[in-house]
Amino acid sequence: MQVASMHFKERAHANLHDARLQAKLGNLQAKFVMKRRASLVELDDFEGTREAGKAIRNRALDNLDVWLETFERNATARGATVLFAETPADINSLVLEIAAKHRVAKIIKSKSMVSEESALDHAIEAAGLTVVETDLGEYILQINNYEPPSHIIGPALHKSKEEVAQLFHKAHGTPVKTGIEELCLEARGVLRQHYLTADMGISGGNFFVAETGSVVLVTNEGNATLATTLPRVHVAISGIEKIVPTLEDVATLMRLLPRSATGQSISNYVDVLTGCKGEGEFHGAEHMYFIVVDCGRSEVLGSDVREALRCIRCGACMNHCPVYQNVGGHAYGWVYPGPIGSILTPMYVGLEKAQDLPAASTFCNQCGVVCPVKIPLPDLQRKLREHAFERGLRPWHERLGHAAWTWLALRPALYAPGTRLMARVLKKMGGRRGLIHRIPFGSGWTEERDMPAPSGRTFRELYQQRNGVGR
Amino acid sequence: MRVGLFVTCLVDLMRPSVGFAALRLLEAAGATVVVPPTQTCCGQPAYNSGDRKDARALAAKLVAEFEDCDFLVAPSGSCSGMIRTHYADLFADDPAMSTRVAALAAKTRELTDFLVNDAKLDRVPGRFEGSVAYHDSCAGLREMGTKTQPRALLARVPGLALKEMAECETCCGFGGTFSIKFGEISSRLADNKCGHIAASGADAVVLGDLGCMLNIEGRLRRRGDDKTQVLHVAEVLAGERPV
Repeated sequence: MQVASMHFKERAHANLHDARLQAKLGNLQAKFVMKRRASLVELDDFEGTREAGKAIRNRALDNLDVWLETFERNATARGATVLFAETPADINSLVLEIAAKHRVAKIIKSKSMVSEESALDHAIEAAGLTVVETDLGEYILQINNYEPPSHIIGPALHKSKEEVAQLFHKAHGTPVKTGIEELCLEARGVLRQHYLTADMGISGGNFFVAETGSVVLVTNEGNATLATTLPRVHVAISGIEKIVPTLEDVATLMRLLPRSATGQSISNYVDVLTGCKGEGEFHGAEHMYFIVVDCGRSEVLGSDVREALRCIRCGACMNHCPVYQNVGGHAYGWVYPGPIGSILTPMYVGLEKAQDLPAASTFCNQCGVVCPVKIPLPDLQRKLREHAFERGLRPWHERLGHAAWTWLALRPALYAPGTRLMARVLKKMGGRRGLIHRIPFGSGWTEERDMPAPSGRTFRELYQQRNGVGR
Repeated sequence: MRVGLFVTCLVDLMRPSVGFAALRLLEAAGATVVVPPTQTCCGQPAYNSGDRKDARALAAKLVAEFEDCDFLVAPSGSCSGMIRTHYADLFADDPAMSTRVAALAAKTRELTDFLVNDAKLDRVPGRFEGSVAYHDSCAGLREMGTKTQPRALLARVPGLALKEMAECETCCGFGGTFSIKFGEISSRLADNKCGHIAASGADAVVLGDLGCMLNIEGRLRRRGDDKTQVLHVAEVLAGERPV
């Protein structure tokens, strides 16, 4: 996907003033935050389950090479082919090679965020093949000229019912519908034809299970089940970090994932797909491929933000993030928005293109406390700020400001008169009402806020006066 | 009990009354309060901007100033959180400093937590006529576990009625230098907070961190609300008003 993360501020500005988007973002609280909270009550020991989830993910990451080999061996034994993609371009060329080998003309896809990293749909179309997204959200975006997703589990979250109705009317040539149920039925009618005529189905992969060589898919619409079992060929694409050692591990993680994501005890569908259709079996693809994707992940594994790889893509961090809740997913400018995106995007596309993302956080740690696998997201954002600082990517006036403050704060004998002077200047700037309307070099603050002015004397000098202590 | 009061740089410069309120409360709790005269900044702005070297220098200075006290108490969840949860990271490669930092971290407290759980203060000197909504500042809530302590203390203030507002745990948008670097987003978050404050109908919003106070008050006044008071929990508990 085209990287636009360097334009975070401009995009955030536009989104903050988009009334329709703001109305949609206003639903996040009821749609995700409240539902998650209600569903957690079902767990006897949420904190204990989080700890277990974290331990499972760490165990996988600590010996990732071993688990990947185990996965490859077991998947191969069940008749699947395991391929590795090092770069986004590799993902696309592997898919096209598989398609060519099996004489594929039409491809259907269930949701895969990893395939967004490589803009797979564009590559498929450029090769002259047909591709149809079957996740309802992804389908809506596809017929809107491949609009980028704005959320990892609700890609079309930013679209209103009315906008969707107009898109369907335009794409399907049908009368404009008004109800959500009618719209869903229309989509189902259109998509069913594609399931029956596609040659290949592409899915993502919530988990790759090492001990069985399976891919686990967690969905609500049932589209993944159809897309992976009806066509002749199934290709599952996911990152190297999505490995979990055992099916029992999946069971633990599944206690966390749907609840954290949508507030469901369990998603409507959980598919565990293992190997190709065997002799005498009715279900499944004849040919099964796994594309296991690196695309920057092994670099993250060796970095000081490796904990980000524990992510199970529930979206809770963005649902609960006050910044995401107000600027929306498109502001972040790449595949993964919100707090987890603010780590992954700089790591996958380059910090110099995305240094605003880890900076655009108040460190409120709401994301950290809801993360089901306990990723310390603010700490990782801070690590990336340290990298930006060390690499000299921050603007000179910011560096100068910090250096001057530290210099002064390390010298109490100068700091005391310095702050006394500041207090007096600020008081004067505050005027009669005690409010500063403009601060030089601080327009970020005063554009839409006042700064309450101080009383003009520092605590230090008042304290010394009260206690009769001289300087 | 020898308590070192870390006033914080923001209180020293912008709102001395918070420091005096903390002082009065600590004395009411029976503590012998020391205010190290060389104290300045805990280093959090540098740390959160990615400048570890400067943050370390300021942290080392603060550790030396406070380590001989029985407790370090700050009228701020953010600054006490910096010391208690983040100093260790700054000195991870320095065993001698790590030991000293761990010792100081173990006795570092947010003010209301200290008053309730360590000093067991049962009567507060202040009084307040009116209703207040309490805003849970992020670091206090999520780093220091400050949630019930300020409410328990406010409930003992004669004349005060506590009103809970919606989303009292949602960030006000301050975030230190975030408030300037991303002023527009920060202001929007502050505006959302002001909406909840207004909807609560409280006469005052009370909280435990000056950065958030300046942010909330700045946005309230720009919105044209000159009436709603923005007070530090220490000011309300001590009956100390801005000077």
